[in-house]
Amino acid sequence: MNEVQALASSGPKVKRFMFVNRKAPYGTIYALESLEVVLITATFDQDVSLVFIDDGVYELVKGQQTKAIGIKNFSPSYRALEGYDVEKLYVDQASLAERGLSEKDLLVPVEVLDAQQMGQLMAQQDVILSF
Amino acid sequence: MKFGLLVSEGPYTHQASDSAYQFAVAALARGHEIQRVFFYHDGVNNATRLTEPPQDDRHVVNRWSALAADHRVDLVVCVAAALRRGIKDEVLAPGFRISGLGQLVDSGIKADRLVTFGD
Repeated sequence: MNEVQALASSGPKVKRFMFVNRKAPYGTIYALESLEVVLITATFDQDVSLVFIDDGVYELVKGQQTKAIGIKNFSPSYRALEGYDVEKLYVDQASLAERGLSEKDLLVPVEVLDAQQMGQLMAQQDVILSF
Repeated sequence: MKFGLLVSEGPYTHQASDSAYQFAVAALARGHEIQRVFFYHDGVNNATRLTEPPQDDRHVVNRWSALAADHRVDLVVCVAAALRRGIKDEVLAPGFRISGLGQLVDSGIKADRLVTFGD
């Protein structure tokens, strides 16, 4: 029995929350406000995972410089997720490849999955929030 | 079944609020429970009583208020998203309340299904 199942059977219900990030970080507010929900969810002792797909992979790219657009660079927050026990970060392989990116361009350790693996992972979730 | 709803787009610009409302009405009519409606992103703009659409159009905000009054549906506006967009207690329409993102997580935990209305 893993930790999640043990918690689920012994007391408060633990659900699997997945946050699907699909947008580039600064063109819209979705990426930032998604991160805010993730941090709150982490405080509820739920099973949290993050997925980055389509332009969402740009949220994790190293070396973001936002001074010229006058918006706060919130990408360091992804590095802080580990401190909240949010360690399951999954990135869509095709989304990376289509944008000429690879795992080494990203600022945090991730697991790269193909579409089929991603689909299987999504099917296991209780709550999926898509941003 | 117990449903939590998430509305993540503003009124009139996007169908999210209309679809969520129609879903809530249909679910209640079939005896389901709407545990909460949570308004996030530009969805917080559904909560201002300053909204005044033309008279021949639906009133998206008042419709939510009426639903809250008739069925005691909990309408919660995210405080951080609201403050960013100028939505405060003094402009809230009846039936809405401002609270934290924890209320959305709580919906995810307590509802049988959390249904998102947005892009």
